[in-house]
Amino acid sequence: MTALEPIQRTDAAYDSKIEGNVFFTRLDAAINWMRKNSLWPMPMGLACCAIELMATGASRFDISRFGAEVMRFSPRQADVMIVSGTVTYKMALAVKRIWDQMPEPKWCIAMGACASSGGMYRSYAVLQGIDRLIPVDVYISGCPPRPEALLEGLMRLQRKIDKEHSLIEQKKELLEELA
Amino acid sequence: MTAAEVVKAIQGHFGDAVLATKEHLGEHTVDVNLDRLHAVMRWCRDELRFDYLVDVSSLDHLGEEPRFEMVYELYGYSHGQHLRIKAKVSEDQGVPTVSDLWPTADWHEREVYDMMGITFDGHPDLRRILMWDGYPFYPLRKDFPLEGKPSEMPDVAFTGVAPLEGGPFVTCAGGQDTIAREPRAKRV
Repeated sequence: MTALEPIQRTDAAYDSKIEGNVFFTRLDAAINWMRKNSLWPMPMGLACCAIELMATGASRFDISRFGAEVMRFSPRQADVMIVSGTVTYKMALAVKRIWDQMPEPKWCIAMGACASSGGMYRSYAVLQGIDRLIPVDVYISGCPPRPEALLEGLMRLQRKIDKEHSLIEQKKELLEELA
Repeated sequence: MTAAEVVKAIQGHFGDAVLATKEHLGEHTVDVNLDRLHAVMRWCRDELRFDYLVDVSSLDHLGEEPRFEMVYELYGYSHGQHLRIKAKVSEDQGVPTVSDLWPTADWHEREVYDMMGITFDGHPDLRRILMWDGYPFYPLRKDFPLEGKPSEMPDVAFTGVAPLEGGPFVTCAGGQDTIAREPRAKRV
């Protein structure tokens, strides 16, 4: 029985079999690789989408396959806010406040029709999309979306993080000072 | 004891305070004078054994006088009968609270106050329950647009106008026939 061929990776080279050895990559790629594979969500469950969010976290769909199983109920420890449900005006500023408490870098997923656009609630009580208050990275359609859709959204967010200039963005002020 | 007998008993005991009675599909409704509302409710609970207040709601007859109408749904566990009691309220009138008879009326009346702006005399804690304190409108009134009105309370809450794009539609109050009452898009 022959050993399996190591999987070819282009972005970051890591192989547990050669742990302790040296490997080369771009710092951006390394940072992005670490960030995207350990996204800790802040579950902003506001309505029925939160039930699908819970299902996504449970064993059948198992969001931990993508490194995002660590639901943090403290915004200080969270990376991505999953706004799942109807954002009423009464709740809106609380959502905004929790978002402001999350440390950078942070991302936002608007899960479902209500969080994306107010959904079917064209009424006096409902904010017409959470993007009116906080910047949204990924919108997921559905009422509510199935767990697969949330996982797809999460993977799209991972792809987006992969393309970020994380080091330059992080040291932007320092680099401007030096220049 | 059937609901029809209950209605007869109320009529017999309160006489002129009962303005009208109605039976539709086995549901009995008693319209009473607002001045005697609390007495009727107390009598229903104590003498007619309606020990459960199922719901409290209100209607807005915009363009009519008196404008509002209170609706109480009663149920008695011992006899299994339902009874609906209604009382008309004009805009400047307060309704006597029934939260001293059924504690559950506390939050129901707060909701009526929040959504319709009807005040309750003697209520222990008459605050808004769904919208926040300081919200300037009563959203379930017929003259409040479905798409909402903008309001601002810095650091507390705010509302904007929701785009309706020609719908959903709102029933036109006070129409003489079903054509006039036909739900249509309204801009206020």
